[in-house]
Amino acid sequence: MSDVVEKTLTALPGLFESQTGAAKITNRLRQLIKSITELTSKHEEENLIKRELSAIKEQVSSPNTTMKQMREIMVRAMYCEMLGYDASFTYIHAIKLAQQGGVLEKRVGYLAVSLFLNEGHELLLLLVNTVLKDLQSTNLIEVCMALTVVAQVFPKDMIPAVLPLVEDKLSHPKEIIRRKAVLALYKFYLIAPNQVQHIHAKFCKALSDKDPGVMASSLHIYLQLIRESPDSYKDLTGSFVTILKQVLGGKLPVDFNYHSVPAPWLQIQLLRILSLLGKEDQSTSELMYEVLDESLRRAEMNHNITYAILYECVKAVYTIHPKAELLEKAARCIGNFVLSPKINLKYLGLKALTYVVQHDAKLALQHQMTIIECLDHSDFTIKRETLELLFRITNAQNVTVIVEKMLDFLCYVPIKTLTFAPDNSWFIQTMNDVFSIGGDLLQQDDPNNFLRLLAEGKPEEDDQLRLYAVESYLTVLKGHTSHLPQCFLQVMSWVLGEYAHLQESVDRREVIRLLTQLLDQRSVSSETRVWILSALTKIPEGQTDLILDLAESLSSSQDTVLRQQAQELRHLSQDSQLREWVLVENSCAVDSSLSFLDGFVSEALAAGAAPYKPPHQRQEELSLNLEPYSFSLPVSLSSCSITDRQSPTLLSVSSGLSGNSAELSTLILEGVKRVWGKDGYLPQKEATAPPVDEPSAAVQPASQQEAAERIEPRPEPSTQNQDKQQLASSLFVGLGVGSSVSLLGKSEAPPPRFRKKPRPHESSSSSGTSKRSSDSSSRSSRNTTDSFLYGSFPEEEPATSISTFDHTPKSTTANGLSQNKDTKEDRHANTSQILGGDMVIVRPSTIQDKHPPSVSSDLTALLPADLKDLPHSDVISLTSDPSLSLSSCRLFRDEALLLVIFISNCTETVIKDVAVQLTCEELKVCTGNVMDCLEARSTSVCHYALLMDDPHTNVSLTGTVSYQTQPGHTNTLPFSGTLSTADFIRPLVVTTEEYGKLWLSLSHDVKQNLKLLTDAGDPLRTTLNALKDALQLHVVDIIGSEGIVACRLLSGAPCLLHCRVNGAALAMWLRSPHPALPDFILYHCQRALAHH
Amino acid sequence: MMHFLLLFSRQGKLRLQKWFLPLPERERKKIVKDMTTMVLARKPRTCNFLHWKDLKIVYKRYASLYFCCALENQDNELLALEILHRYVELLDKYFGNVCELDIIFNFEKAYFILDELLMGGEIQETSKLSIVKSIEASDMLQETMEEYISKPAF
Repeated sequence: MSDVVEKTLTALPGLFESQTGAAKITNRLRQLIKSITELTSKHEEENLIKRELSAIKEQVSSPNTTMKQMREIMVRAMYCEMLGYDASFTYIHAIKLAQQGGVLEKRVGYLAVSLFLNEGHELLLLLVNTVLKDLQSTNLIEVCMALTVVAQVFPKDMIPAVLPLVEDKLSHPKEIIRRKAVLALYKFYLIAPNQVQHIHAKFCKALSDKDPGVMASSLHIYLQLIRESPDSYKDLTGSFVTILKQVLGGKLPVDFNYHSVPAPWLQIQLLRILSLLGKEDQSTSELMYEVLDESLRRAEMNHNITYAILYECVKAVYTIHPKAELLEKAARCIGNFVLSPKINLKYLGLKALTYVVQHDAKLALQHQMTIIECLDHSDFTIKRETLELLFRITNAQNVTVIVEKMLDFLCYVPIKTLTFAPDNSWFIQTMNDVFSIGGDLLQQDDPNNFLRLLAEGKPEEDDQLRLYAVESYLTVLKGHTSHLPQCFLQVMSWVLGEYAHLQESVDRREVIRLLTQLLDQRSVSSETRVWILSALTKIPEGQTDLILDLAESLSSSQDTVLRQQAQELRHLSQDSQLREWVLVENSCAVDSSLSFLDGFVSEALAAGAAPYKPPHQRQEELSLNLEPYSFSLPVSLSSCSITDRQSPTLLSVSSGLSGNSAELSTLILEGVKRVWGKDGYLPQKEATAPPVDEPSAAVQPASQQEAAERIEPRPEPSTQNQDKQQLASSLFVGLGVGSSVSLLGKSEAPPPRFRKKPRPHESSSSSGTSKRSSDSSSRSSRNTTDSFLYGSFPEEEPATSISTFDHTPKSTTANGLSQNKDTKEDRHANTSQILGGDMVIVRPSTIQDKHPPSVSSDLTALLPADLKDLPHSDVISLTSDPSLSLSSCRLFRDEALLLVIFISNCTETVIKDVAVQLTCEELKVCTGNVMDCLEARSTSVCHYALLMDDPHTNVSLTGTVSYQTQPGHTNTLPFSGTLSTADFIRPLVVTTEEYGKLWLSLSHDVKQNLKLLTDAGDPLRTTLNALKDALQLHVVDIIGSEGIVACRLLSGAPCLLHCRVNGAALAMWLRSPHPALPDFILYHCQRALAHH
Repeated sequence: MMHFLLLFSRQGKLRLQKWFLPLPERERKKIVKDMTTMVLARKPRTCNFLHWKDLKIVYKRYASLYFCCALENQDNELLALEILHRYVELLDKYFGNVCELDIIFNFEKAYFILDELLMGGEIQETSKLSIVKSIEASDMLQETMEEYISKPAF
């Protein structure tokens, strides 16, 4: 086709002549393009563009250049930039063109701006006024252009400037303007969600717009909103279903058809929204079964676009609450994809299959032969997708074949799948392959986890595995080693250093020789050298001559760490006593109470050190991160610092860097409480028994062999076919209905042979077959609990989540110091208190409000004495069932938000073992849960301290209460709620001077105009007081028409607000050290004023 | 949401680039280079999809020109393919039997059409008629007769 271009280009001059005069404007661009195509080398092109750019430079700076010429120049500059040359001197002229030109020039100017200037380019500021002017223009085209450029390049901090005008455009009479405004707002929402939150009602209007284009655009916003919080939009389900029905029924103008399919983009958008809404929600799902069915039925297979719709439809059917009939239809549709000869559809079919096998692994069975074919497909993408699918159906029986396939693929290293490894030799061999192929691309954790696996087994049981590892590594090292990745070399040297002594038949000299050889290789990195040297240190004595030679040769090394290690090595090999002392051969007991430190501690205490505080106590005070950091090898521990503080100075602390972990392995293996081993790692005796079930055991060896042979090309098609079938049988073993094994593709449930990271909730899973056989039943039971969990949500949750906890603190006094102390002390006491009838009821009247909550409001009287005086919110009902009713109340303490949960027993019997569990992703939940029995007709109180480190607009928390009405019969009651940032804002008491100092030191600022309350007296004072009441702000000072206000996020980041009356608006300027905090506070101020 | 759309020739020459997310210049250049090498290396009769970092690349060749766009994980590849097709249809309708040369010489027009089809990385208007109408409106209302004649017929 390039020949055609060439030919046409040579014919161009003639073409121009025929168009004489007409093409003058673009003439120079044409000349430029033409001369570029005639060039032969990159160098010539560079010269030409350089000349062109200097010509452009001259022209743009000439005062005689007209706007029209400028437009042509700009097009040329764009072309040069597209070729990759810098034309930044034209940027300012692009802005000028957009500013001053007529509409046509403006169009090019705006285009140039959107191509040249990135979000964040400083010149963009110069564009704001132009855009503002054009947004208010009466010329539709100018408004369109302004909206386009706003959506394309405007950064976060420039949005407030144009937002009101863009917002106005939502009610513009012309649909194209409304459409573009909706999409511009969508873009704003993506960049700065807080700034457009107040226009949600208008989005709703856009959704019901009479123009289908505007309605379709608003779906982009809704998809995003629903993705973030599906619960808030459940009430719109009906509308979306109706729209989809109308689209399917062909109610839209024919113009929206695409290849005679009605509005496919709209359909897909709606299907996505529905699947989000129906996810894990039976009642909502029921609303959409009919339309999904119709959607599946309507999509006749004739064009790509119908497949695109079908794919979304299938996904939706499998995402929402299942309905057997629909699932069956959807599964049939997948068949159409997978069996299609068109490769794109096959790809999508595999994707759909990958999605659905997570719900029902049996579906893969129907298409096993296709999957096998795709596995050998020449197209990389198809292959990858197939492996993704296989990964989902991995189980204990097919793991060997699947991993082999994955290794063939090389780029996709499946450490996770190896948790199914059937036996030692296979495991080690596969890990060797993984390390040598995947090598340094592996995640940092993988080698570490592997070594941990080797190290943590019991000596007798796992020696076989270690022996095998040693043997296989010696073989590897005897071969060609220069190509091996560093991490594999490190693993090998560690294992050899640690376990070479297990292998009696191996000559130690040989091991030392092999390792030394590695040291000589140039490709070995210095980090690896350190690993090797530490391994050499660990190999038992006897070969002093070799070691001394080595130490000698390294003592002149340029690397100081190596030199030091060589020194250590030399001393250790000469002084056997020292060696025995430092590198303890056999087990040594670990004193887990650390009593040997007692002397040190008392000394430190005497010297005035602070006493030790347990972690939870520290966390409450400092809110430190207590999440464990990712696990790594214990190499960083210095050997001498563990054995004795007064150990010989030779083993200095820095040797800890080098991985002298000889005694560490023994330290870990003996006496230490095993954290993960028990269920994750089977004892050797069991492992030697056939790890697979009887029927598949027969298949497997054969299939493994087959699979290995498959790498060679097979001439006869018949055998090939047989191969494939055999491969299929080995791949899909364990997926069948009748087999006794699990149907799971998910990695957490299958029998764990080598488990990497145990999690608390997994600890109940017993290993091996018993788990497998019970698996299907546990799955189904989980399903029912799921639906139970979510089934009760929609009733409990009002449609607008924000109103769940309306922010109305009853008293805004800042907490005094003494009170603070009290609460702190009391918090360490048992948080649960059963309060008898003798409790004095205090201030029940304060809670009575014009919106009386459904719960009896004297619940606040049950608050623990130390919490009584804190400002608090209304008590609202969370959830209830026949036995228990839950309500909650928020208490605002200086350094945390206390969430108090009242659990009332509605029955006449005692309820036992009441346990509350509260989880929230965004917040830190500090104080723990309650375990107790609850007397008949009584109420128990438990409270949680919630800390917010980073502001979020709305934080949803979920939790469950489990309890026993009869012994052995546990009920659970889920609840959920939403908190807003406003709950976490506290007044910051500062003086005007302090405020001034602080103001200058803060970096992030946001400005916006807010509504000014003018109903009574001094508008500024009224507005600030309204804000103060709503948000617990501290009004520092009011001087004339300006006011300064301060607040902080709990006891963390401060936020300073500077308010000035500006005509009928309140110009608010916020500053904070936290980048996002001003946005959130601004948002809540807007809301507070809007509600006022 | 679409992250970017690139048009390049079989020789790897960039013809049009549209970025829906802000990226530094260097990053853009690298992506363009990656895309051209990756897409041009694809053999015939392979599928039109690729994985690149955490994005999905959808490309299609029309005559000598490759249309290539990047999607997020949850987006639908087939649908993106149809967006590309719709764009080609629009170009075709505007230029009348569009060829690579039309796009080379009138690349700014191609951008204008794209701006009517996509906005903020999402499809803006699916009706072919209204897109063409709005493009024509902005062309016709403002262009002088001379410029109007110089534009290829539609």
